Amino acid sequence: MSYEATFRVWRGDAEGGELTDFQVEVNDGEVVLDVVHRIQATQAPDLAVRWNCKAGKCGSCSAEINGRPRLMCMTRMSTLPPGETVTITPMRTFPVLRDLVTDVGFNYQKAREIPAFIPPQGVKPGEYRMQQEDVNRSQEFRKCIECFLCQDTCHVVRDHEENKPAFAGPRFLMRMAELDMHPLDAAGDQGLDRKATAQEEHGLGYCNITKCCTEVCPEGIKITDNALIPLKERAVDRKYDPLVWLGSKISRRR
Amino acid sequence: MTTETRPPEAADSTGRGVHSPGRAAIAQRHLRLDRWWLPQVMTAAGLLLFIGYSTWRAFFGLHTSYAAPYVSPFYSPCLAANCPKMDGGADWALFGGWWSLSPALIVLIFPLGFRLTCYYYRKAYYRSFWSSPPACAVAEPHAKYSGETRFPLILQNIHRYFFYVAIPVAGILTWDAILGFRDPQGHWGHMGLGTLVLLVNVSLIWAYTASCHSCRHIVGGRLRHFSKHPVRYRMWTWVSKLNARHMQLAWASLFSVGLADLYVYLLASGAFSDPRFF
Ligand code: SF4
Ligand code: SF4
Ligand code: FES
Ligand code: FES
Repeated sequence: MSYEATFRVWRGDAEGGELTDFQVEVNDGEVVLDVVHRIQATQAPDLAVRWNCKAGKCGSCSAEINGRPRLMCMTRMSTLPPGETVTITPMRTFPVLRDLVTDVGFNYQKAREIPAFIPPQGVKPGEYRMQQEDVNRSQEFRKCIECFLCQDTCHVVRDHEENKPAFAGPRFLMRMAELDMHPLDAAGDQGLDRKATAQEEHGLGYCNITKCCTEVCPEGIKITDNALIPLKERAVDRKYDPLVWLGSKISRRR
Repeated sequence: MTTETRPPEAADSTGRGVHSPGRAAIAQRHLRLDRWWLPQVMTAAGLLLFIGYSTWRAFFGLHTSYAAPYVSPFYSPCLAANCPKMDGGADWALFGGWWSLSPALIVLIFPLGFRLTCYYYRKAYYRSFWSSPPACAVAEPHAKYSGETRFPLILQNIHRYFFYVAIPVAGILTWDAILGFRDPQGHWGHMGLGTLVLLVNVSLIWAYTASCHSCRHIVGGRLRHFSKHPVRYRMWTWVSKLNARHMQLAWASLFSVGLADLYVYLLASGAFSDPRFF
């Protein structure tokens, strides 16, 4: 079965743009990206849209559908209110390049600012041995497909452009949590305190744990509960727990 | 996935947030069609209801705070000298006789601080009372935002100390519930509806307290090698299960503590008498 739907797609570039209406056919079982492709094939061949896998695994097709950050390839038409116009815009936190395509370079910049995994001394690659229970927590975070929907929805940067330099965003604070929980990461031996730098250099304190990142994550990662709040608690250990603080003053070498 | 990178645009005073220069020019502050405001309104209503009720009871409830053998959770432990005589209860006049206000005000500071700095309640009131954010992808009304990076909100980091205090408080409420297994004359081996009310309440308080994020961190979350601490790992797994329900437990225990107090109030004011089971 197929029907006609009204799609309202944002078209334009950094100079300006507008929502443009399209009447387009929708068939059973289709996702929003199918319909956008049909618009591209039949009505607007120059419509810019980024996509790769159509399987919710590459993280390319992030956009906002009826005002909610989502993957276009994972949003079934049957889950949208029937008969109503479907509005699609690019992600509204990043600079727009054209139509539905944004410049997500902010996220790559933030990724580079997080110090990488530091291998333990005396253990060669290939000799790493870890227990499953020690990596369970990190494995949840490794499901991330880098769609940056969490970065897009986080009000810290979405609503405050000026916070971008100071705030790494949920995806990269989660990366810090992952490394801090990593059974082999040797950052501490090199004098790098990931707990304290998360707060001092990567803006952990900006997050007010209102969980929008968790709400939009297409991988269902419990970003706030399992990464951000544990990281905040770890920062408290380092900075606000007098006993831990005293211990670290007395025994300088950990 | 490929992308181009451009130098960040200089901040411009004409637009902020989603209207910043360089972002897609969309006039609306959000495009959500669902009832995104509903959770915010419901949360605010629920919290205000409890704040209103508990303020009234804390200030004016002293003479209806005890109906033998039950004590209202708002009035236990009693740290002032002006409480009704609670047979066997936590009636320690640590503050001496000079305190003439309601004794509930002394002890309620601790559960209040615990809940005020709780990670779930923070989310609830940041969203519902402060619209920061009102809902996901709905622009917030504030021009500036520094989150929990500075005073006063940086003080939210002391949550774990309130957690430490919450444990003895829950212990005292447990004792109060046990004292409920007496009849009004103080003989053991009896039970009434009030006993059940206090038991349910204290169970929910314990579940809420144990599901706390700070608790999860302290019992095991702070460890890097679970494999070296099997007992703490096991405990962490249990707390994590409860922690996933932290929001539900926060609301359930908030209502149960209000209802337990209401029950004592109704008994003490003579609205009805406690149905006794045995
Ligand atoms: S929980 Fe924190 S990081 Fe996630 S969206 Fe909210 S403020 Fe941003
Ligand atoms: S954490 Fe989730 S929402 Fe964020 S980039 Fe990864 S997959 Fe996307
Ligand atoms: S196209 Fe790959 S996630 Fe949608
Ligand atoms: S009580 Fe809610 S997080 Fe501690």
